[in-house]
Amino acid sequence: MKDVDDKFLKNIETEFPLREELRPRRVTTPDGQEIEIEPLKDYFCEAAPKVHPKAYIPIVEDFYNWARANSLWILGFGTGCGAIEMRPLMTPRFDAYRYGIQWRPTPRQANLLMISGYLSVKTLKRAIRAYEQMQGPKYVVGLGSCTINGGMYWDSYNTIKRLDQYLPVDLYIAGCMPRPEALLAGFMELKKLIKAGKGEGANKYAENFATYKANQKSVIKDWDMPDYNW
Amino acid sequence: MEMRHLHALLKQRHSLGQLEPKGGKLAFVTVPRENLRGLLTELRDVHGFTHLVLLTAVDWMEDGLFQLTYMLNNRGRDMTLGIRVMLDRQEAQGDSIHDLWPTAATYQRELKEMFGIDFPGSPRIDEEFILEGWTDLPPYRRDFDSLAYSQQTYAERPGRVTHDPREYMKSKLYPDGV
Repeated sequence: MKDVDDKFLKNIETEFPLREELRPRRVTTPDGQEIEIEPLKDYFCEAAPKVHPKAYIPIVEDFYNWARANSLWILGFGTGCGAIEMRPLMTPRFDAYRYGIQWRPTPRQANLLMISGYLSVKTLKRAIRAYEQMQGPKYVVGLGSCTINGGMYWDSYNTIKRLDQYLPVDLYIAGCMPRPEALLAGFMELKKLIKAGKGEGANKYAENFATYKANQKSVIKDWDMPDYNW
Repeated sequence: MEMRHLHALLKQRHSLGQLEPKGGKLAFVTVPRENLRGLLTELRDVHGFTHLVLLTAVDWMEDGLFQLTYMLNNRGRDMTLGIRVMLDRQEAQGDSIHDLWPTAATYQRELKEMFGIDFPGSPRIDEEFILEGWTDLPPYRRDFDSLAYSQQTYAERPGRVTHDPREYMKSKLYPDGV
């Protein structure tokens, strides 16, 4: 699709300044010392993510993958309307727990990130942060047409259109919104992918880290976090 | 009609424009910017319009104007009055009413971010409201092209097509062009 009105050009000259409290500066400690601080570097580990190698013996890797497929812990992070469709899955009607799928409140305890609908740029920042804090091996599932091609937010000024530009997506579930049955089918499909050894999102992210970061920074102007939020 | 009575009462003092009734319970009226504060205060304190329903803006780009609409509600008499104020689009500055209704501060922050209308003195008016790191034109202004911006900013997945409904149905129903 071409621009309907190609007279409008977005402003690419203005840089968003780093926030005051994140800038490197000299401060005086309570006991009177003068020290240099750099908040984005001092409090965070700078190491980039590493590729996790496969087990040397294939049958061992197959066993790992079988185990991983049966241990899906979802991060309870709803980004759009799709979060509503996940609620019936937690209750007796659809009951995802019978497949060993459960929700956890923090990224450290989860290994499956469901991007449940549209992602505004502001939420994308939080989603990236949550994804990077999750323990590998980890998986990303995009729900609904918003994560696939923008859906009804195709001309929105503040909503990303392709999730796989910013996070390594293992599986998309189409629909607007997908029903809980579709989500269950998607979980089964994800299990098949993981068992077949194709759930390599975390490794893909580590391999193409520079590309993903460049894409993320091209839309998130107010980048107020370290490059890798481990 | 109570609304007409009220309009007749206030018309001279606040130089109100023509009353535009929209059904029995809703009416709109335009007021000059310098009379706004006096009118709002009188409506709130004397005539029982105690509830600020909303404060919003319309961009009349061709006329070079922003229109602010203050919707006030009188719960006792079940009446809603919309008060319109026209502002110059170039300087785009309104008068803060956060001391009359504290909720107005939130609306004013939104208008500052989305339309670029400044309200000097309003609490936290210069802080970001919803957008983070926005460097372009305020997105609700009509000279901001949302589609062009999104095409220049966010990567697209190829394969998405749009059909003009008229042409599409023509080609479906009359493939020979007859």
